[in-house]
Amino acid sequence: MSIFSYLLPKKQRTASVAKERLQIIVARERSMRGGPDYLPQLQEELLAVVRKYVPVSPESVNVQVDRDSGCEILELNITLQDHQDA
Amino acid sequence: MTRIVVVTSGKGGVGKTTTSAALATGLALRGFRTAVIDFDVGLRNLDLIMGCERRVVYDLVNVINGDANIRQALIKDKRVDNLFILPASQTRDKDALTQEGVEKVLNALRDDMAMDFIICDSPAGIEKGALMAAYFADEAVVVTNPEVSSVRDSDRMLGILASKTRIAEQGGGDIPARLLLTRYSPERVMRGEMLSVEDVQDILAVELLGVIPESQAVLSASNAGSPVILDTDSDAGQAYLDAVARFLGEDLPHRFLTTGKKGLLGRLFGGQ
Repeated sequence: MSIFSYLLPKKQRTASVAKERLQIIVARERSMRGGPDYLPQLQEELLAVVRKYVPVSPESVNVQVDRDSGCEILELNITLQDHQDA
Repeated sequence: MTRIVVVTSGKGGVGKTTTSAALATGLALRGFRTAVIDFDVGLRNLDLIMGCERRVVYDLVNVINGDANIRQALIKDKRVDNLFILPASQTRDKDALTQEGVEKVLNALRDDMAMDFIICDSPAGIEKGALMAAYFADEAVVVTNPEVSSVRDSDRMLGILASKTRIAEQGGGDIPARLLLTRYSPERVMRGEMLSVEDVQDILAVELLGVIPESQAVLSASNAGSPVILDTDSDAGQAYLDAVARFLGEDLPHRFLTTGKKGLLGRLFGGQ
C-alpha cells in the first residue's frame, strides 16, 4: 500500500466478497446435509407430475427440508417460466 | 495407546501430503513411533515428498492382499528415528482398498509395530480412498487454503467426518477435527485480497491447529525429498514445528499471521 494507492478509487475488497459468498453457500449445504435420502427422487417424481401440466426445467425446482424445534418442514419451490396463455 | 490421525481436505493440491510428511516427521522427532500411510492408491506421491521413492518394494495394497507383511512393506526413514512410511500402490484397481484390509494394516501397525501415531494421508475427493483413510481415524487434521473452493470442500469433508467414521457409526459422535490453514499470505490478507484466518475459522468453526505461511521452502523441500519441517530455518518449517507442538497439547501462540511492521517511508512508498 503506497501513498498512490489511496489516490486510486477503492476496489471492493475481494476477501470480504469471498467470505460472504462462503457463508451463504456453506449454510445452505449444511442445511441439506443429513437430510433424508429420498429427496432427489422425490424431486424428480414431483417434477414429472408438474411437467404433465406446465413446462418446467429441472433447475427451477427446489426441495428442502428444514428442521425447526422438533417439527420438520418439507418445502417445495417451483419457479414457473413466463407463461403463455394456451 | 495408538492414535490414528487422518490428514484430509476434500480439495486437491492444498498440502495434505506436505502436511502428512511434516506432521509424521515432527512426531517422530519428538520420539514417538510414527507411521505415515499414503492412501492415494494409483497416484502415489508421499514417497517422493519423503524422499524414499527408490526404496519402495512393497506397498499398502500388497499388505492388504497378503503379498507382503507389514515389516517388509514399511520403509524406515534414514534421517529420523521412529519414522516409517507405507507407500500407496500404483494399481488402478479402485477396489483394492477394503475396509477389512485397511483395518488389518492398522491393527498390525498398532499391535506388531507398536506405533504411537499412524498418520493417514488421504487422497483428494470424497471417493473410497478418502473414506478409507478417514474411517478408522481417532482424530482429523483438515488442511485448507484461504480460498473459496478449498474452504467449501473442507466444510463438506467435516460433514463427512461427522458421520462416516467408525467412531461416528458406533455412536461416538464426531471425531475431533482441527484446522491447518496453509499457503497463508499475511500481506494479501492485509490488502483484503485473501480470506483471513479469522474468516476461515468463522466459517468452518473448528479449532485451529496452525497456520503455515506461503513459503518457497515448501517447493524446495519437495524438490529435495525432505519434509519441510526438517528445514528449521524456514518459516514453513517453524510453523509446522509449532503445529506439531500444539498437536501434542502444548499451548503456543500462532506466528506468521502478520507482516513485519513497516517504517513511515516503507508505508509511503513501500508496495509489498
